[in-house]
Amino acid sequence: MVLVFAESPRGTLKKAAFEAVTYGKKTADLLGTTCVALTLGTVKNAGELGVYGASRVLNISDGTFDHFDSQAVAAAVATVAQKEGATVVVLSHSSTGKSVAGRLSVRLNAGLVSGVNSLPTVQGAALRVKKSVFSGKAVGEYEIDSAVKVLSLMGNAVKPVAGGAAVSVENVTATPTGRIRVKEVKTQEGTVPLPEAEIVVSAGRGMKDPANWGIVEDLANTLGATTACSRPVADSHWRPHHEHVGQTGIAIRPNLYIAIGISGAIQHLAGVNNSKVIVVINKDPEAPFFKAADYGVVGDLFDIVPRLNESLKKFKAAH
Amino acid sequence: MYVSLGPAKVGFTFPGISYLNHSFSNLFKMKLLVCISQTPDTTAKVSFKSDGKEFDAAGVQFIMNPYDEWYALVRACELRETLGGSVTALNVGPATNETTIRKSLAIGADDAVRINADPQSAGFVAKQIAEYARIQNFDIIFLGKETIDYNGSEVGAMVAEYLDLPYISYASKLELNGNTATLERDIEGGVEVLEVDLPFVVSAAKGMAEQRIPNMRGIMTARTKPLVEVAPVAYEESAKTVQFTLPPAKAGVKLVDPADMDELVRLLHEEAKVI
Repeated sequence: MVLVFAESPRGTLKKAAFEAVTYGKKTADLLGTTCVALTLGTVKNAGELGVYGASRVLNISDGTFDHFDSQAVAAAVATVAQKEGATVVVLSHSSTGKSVAGRLSVRLNAGLVSGVNSLPTVQGAALRVKKSVFSGKAVGEYEIDSAVKVLSLMGNAVKPVAGGAAVSVENVTATPTGRIRVKEVKTQEGTVPLPEAEIVVSAGRGMKDPANWGIVEDLANTLGATTACSRPVADSHWRPHHEHVGQTGIAIRPNLYIAIGISGAIQHLAGVNNSKVIVVINKDPEAPFFKAADYGVVGDLFDIVPRLNESLKKFKAAH
Repeated sequence: MYVSLGPAKVGFTFPGISYLNHSFSNLFKMKLLVCISQTPDTTAKVSFKSDGKEFDAAGVQFIMNPYDEWYALVRACELRETLGGSVTALNVGPATNETTIRKSLAIGADDAVRINADPQSAGFVAKQIAEYARIQNFDIIFLGKETIDYNGSEVGAMVAEYLDLPYISYASKLELNGNTATLERDIEGGVEVLEVDLPFVVSAAKGMAEQRIPNMRGIMTARTKPLVEVAPVAYEESAKTVQFTLPPAKAGVKLVDPADMDELVRLLHEEAKVI
């Protein structure tokens, strides 16, 4: 059986969970077994996991799990995995999954590959999986041969597939064991977090002043995109820290990354070069970012970005 | 700080530093461990040996993993400077890593440990760190949020599980008040604020501290600070590398006439199919 730990930040299953269950279901099909999803704490829409391929959905409803603690989560997931006889455990490569996956691998004596980005191939009793390494500069293929295997799935690596029907949720129990006291969670509600965003509009020092960000936000609104920024912009407090993408910031892999007034230093590329399509707008034709781009526009961003926005609005109205 | 009510801590002596019966002393000092990795420089060209199983280190400059150095190590040193105690740097690696280890001493670690083994996997490294830390009763075990080579972000959680300790990943802030730490942790689209009592394991992200350049005095004293070599413990691997490959090169940028943004929209829709 493939067990998927479906994370539910602040009580709601989101894209990351649907991706993980879709991946778990496809992996279960390859292995000729079933996919079971586990949710923890108070979860609004747990039954929906059936739509993405879970044949059963389990929930430990203890409210202690509403606050994240990797120790409690790993213990609960491991307990269920052992009781249900899971041979593969799948979780999201998110802030939650990254804290839990390593713990699970120790608890279950299981081989772990974190951040996998494609379906496994079955090699007898072993699984082969691929992940991006060296900040996107290479691909690593690994084989796990332990009896239980743990895989954490990179965001935006598979598309959630809604092919099944909602199922009723079964209650199971496990005693929480955490020692962390969560005091406060501060998030931007209403925007898609960067690691999950399919389109990202990002801007850098070429914007000259934080007051000029209106054109970037307008473009993002038209595209339904999440805004991001380069390191110098975050360091100057022009934009919030959580918008910083790049090596020291957040690594993202959207379908479309539009970089405005960003030169494309190697540290920035390390965080964005897994994007499917990159558009670079920069007045300097020698900007290194053009070498990593799919489409480039050389010119004054203050002239180009508003016109791109108008063209997009026209396109959106027609489609 | 963290005082165990169990049996006395195991007496353990490094050259020049005695930890003997340290938990019974009124002068109890906080013990901080910083796990440091050595990685290829950020700008290094990535290539692999002909069998595709191993990184080709020829001509590559190696550095201390930036998150370990800039955030984990510096924050540990800052805490030691304000609260007292000691900072130990630990590396799992061959003797050739000693230049990197000495740099951690130059930045401010008091002593260092090198577990003499090839750091073959996250699981292997975590096991080595955990077995060393188990007998040492550190108050905080620091790591960087991930290494910039294999980007696994796995070791911290594994160490915490081996030692049955709380783990806070991607922490961008860490303040200590007596036995209790307040941390901020980066989560998708924001931060989580939490409290936890010593001891715990933490992985450090940007914001926790500012990079320090070692000064001449630091570099000079680093030469004489203790650097102990420890033998590795056995570990059974359950995942192996099949091969590394380089992704296909980009086809090259297609420049669009800046006067014609309708054309860019058309390309994104019809050719790239992303809108």
